[in-house]
Amino acid sequence: MANANPTATHETLVHDAHDVHEHHDLPQLRHHFETEEQQREAGSFGMWLFLLTEIMFFGGLFMAYLLYRNWYYPAFATASNQLNVPLGTINTAILISSGFFMALGVWAAEVRKKNVLVLMLVLTTVFGYAFLNVKYFEYKEKWEKHHIPGATFDISEFVNPPIDAKTGKPTEEPLAPDMAQKTQLFFFLYFAMTGMHALHMIIGLVLLLWLIYRANRGEFTEGYVAPIENFGLYWHFVDIVWLFLFPLLYLINRHPLK
Amino acid sequence: MSATTIVSLPDQATARLPKTNYLNNKHGLLSWLLTADHKRIGILYLLSITFFFFIGGAFAGLIRLELLTPQPDLVASDTYNKFFTMHGIVMIFLFLVPSVPAALGNFLVPIMIGAKDLAFPKINLLSWYLYMTAGLFTLATLVLGGVDTGWTFTTPLSTHYLNTHVMTTAIGIFIAGFSSIFTGLNFIVTIHRMRAPGMTWFRMPLFIWSNYAASLLMVLGTPVLAIAIVLVALERTLNIGVFDPAKGGDPLLFQHLFWFYSHPAVYIMILPGMGVISEVMSTFSRKRVFGYTAVAFSSVAIALFGFFVWAHHMFIMGVSNYSALVFSLLTMLVAVPSAIKIFNWAFTMQKGSITFETPMLYAFGFIGLFTIGGLTGVFLGSLGMDVHLTETYFVVAHFHFVMVGGMLMAFLAGVHFWWPKITGRMYPESLSKLAAVVTFVGFNLTFLPQFVLGYLGMPRRYAAYPAEFQVLNVMSTAGATVLGVGYMLPLIYLGWSLKYGAIAGNNPWQATGLEWQIQSPPLTENFLETPIVTQEAYDYEWLEEKMKHEVTHVG
Repeated sequence: MANANPTATHETLVHDAHDVHEHHDLPQLRHHFETEEQQREAGSFGMWLFLLTEIMFFGGLFMAYLLYRNWYYPAFATASNQLNVPLGTINTAILISSGFFMALGVWAAEVRKKNVLVLMLVLTTVFGYAFLNVKYFEYKEKWEKHHIPGATFDISEFVNPPIDAKTGKPTEEPLAPDMAQKTQLFFFLYFAMTGMHALHMIIGLVLLLWLIYRANRGEFTEGYVAPIENFGLYWHFVDIVWLFLFPLLYLINRHPLK
Repeated sequence: MSATTIVSLPDQATARLPKTNYLNNKHGLLSWLLTADHKRIGILYLLSITFFFFIGGAFAGLIRLELLTPQPDLVASDTYNKFFTMHGIVMIFLFLVPSVPAALGNFLVPIMIGAKDLAFPKINLLSWYLYMTAGLFTLATLVLGGVDTGWTFTTPLSTHYLNTHVMTTAIGIFIAGFSSIFTGLNFIVTIHRMRAPGMTWFRMPLFIWSNYAASLLMVLGTPVLAIAIVLVALERTLNIGVFDPAKGGDPLLFQHLFWFYSHPAVYIMILPGMGVISEVMSTFSRKRVFGYTAVAFSSVAIALFGFFVWAHHMFIMGVSNYSALVFSLLTMLVAVPSAIKIFNWAFTMQKGSITFETPMLYAFGFIGLFTIGGLTGVFLGSLGMDVHLTETYFVVAHFHFVMVGGMLMAFLAGVHFWWPKITGRMYPESLSKLAAVVTFVGFNLTFLPQFVLGYLGMPRRYAAYPAEFQVLNVMSTAGATVLGVGYMLPLIYLGWSLKYGAIAGNNPWQATGLEWQIQSPPLTENFLETPIVTQEAYDYEWLEEKMKHEVTHVG
């Protein structure tokens, strides 16, 4: 079974304990891994597992959204019409671009092109930041219309939608006050889901700055690409969450009553 | 070496602890607080969960003291509510969930599979800090005046009606959840990627299998609790109605999200304990675990079924008859893999050379008490019975039999079993056996009357009760006192053994696991060189051969 020799003297124990540190191939190989390959696989496997927990985390919110959408269908359809589709579409494009640059960054690290890697990471950061900026304007719009859930939430726009100047008819089908109240649930879930997504982006941007600093020192272009790869997985996960959020919140069945 | 005496301690006069080990190779508080060594982190967990266990225990004592008399005369009802809430929160989130995985698992998982450390040592340390932060939030809640939602945070009670410190507690539990996720993640990656050459899946000790299954539950279940807690916190601060029926929300949504984690959490608590029992049973029966593969897969089966039974907590809360029926049937399925384990342990003992060392006594306690707890679980899983028994002391007795009679017994069995490996020293044998017996007797005296109380209709979570229930409640409180003594004893003699205990040697129980082949206490790197595994985990014939050889060689 074990090769450890229980009868070894203290001197050999100490000696061997020091020896363990000396068979490393790369400076980044941590002491408890046997090979670079094992370390890389463990890191990547750990990242996939972490993303699995993230799926479960968002899963609870998706479940709440689908449940309430089913129950309060008119309120959710009307409220989703308040979201700014052009801004959402632009943001989707921005985020996909950011993911594209990240993928190129992983490639650059693997083929050991330091300058390309740094450039790609910077572009990823810039586009990620742009996404958050657009999000800020969307949130601001909701603030101004009193669509933020909580004490000052205003349902008057859903009960008495503004009259269209040309046709003289309401721009939306009016909702009964008790159903209009349920739009608050929609906006709460909208803010909870996009807010959680934005929080993941902010964490990602902080990590990106740190990775740019390290990439610039040439840490990831000498064969040690695990941090870039694992961050790439994270960033793509954030993209994918948005690719579910965008259609669910912005696009499906916007005008059910017309 | 005769077959009847297993314990073979080195000669007291000449024996010394190894000069270099993980405990003494670095000194000072910082070397502990910044350590990345899984063994030291295991010790940090062991100390901190013991601390929280006694805090939770103190509240249990207060609860039993208040229930001595039918009137709420020790404390008022709202204070009583805070007592049982604190007891539940501390015991579940700060003791039962991390006890075996985070303390013993941290110490043993890498050694048992022949690795030098867990895959992510720094994340491991981070998870201890998260655990401690969660503990601080819980203690802060206590100092600020407590919380009285019950450990289940049921909405809209927790979100709209209570003005106690729900927020600090919720934040604490959210953070504790991340600690648990990181531990689970670390174990899964380690078990997949860091096994020594020759350590195939079906040569792994069953302790590893059970921790693996529990880790799956931690990784998949805990995030759902996290999001439920986030929603409670948001609803409370922003006055939203996601769980509030008056605003169109649904309290059942909270229950679904909460129990989706919290039922599997029961298996997070019990599975690693079952792993401990497999190790102990095999060692003190001198036999391989009967039906190894069945026991291994039953752990995974319990984990999988664990995700499909959550709504049995909601039979009387307005779920439809059909879903209640389905969940009732699914719940009974969990009994199958649990029974597989119990029967296989029994067969392991059959024709074995059984000796009654302290860990084995605790393991016997586990089997008896867990079986009672499991069988009464079938009562509660049955739809019709549950409607009568739910929210009564029957439920209280049931889950205490499973989690205290099961998990706590297993934890104590594990601590006694691996204590010589962890510290290099033995504890006084007669005193430890006495503690095991006192615990067993005290436990039964405490919780058996509660089955009767529950059957007669005494509801849980009330400070007052009709006078005719007093006799049984007095019995229960008397039992709790005995139980308290049973828990204090190990604290005393294990502490004593740290300085005065006999030197244990590498393998005091003559067990086969990898952890017994290295020195006690182990070196920081665990193994001088990576072991190459050629046998299955419980090959006692090989060990007998080896011992025979050593005896003739020496003598």
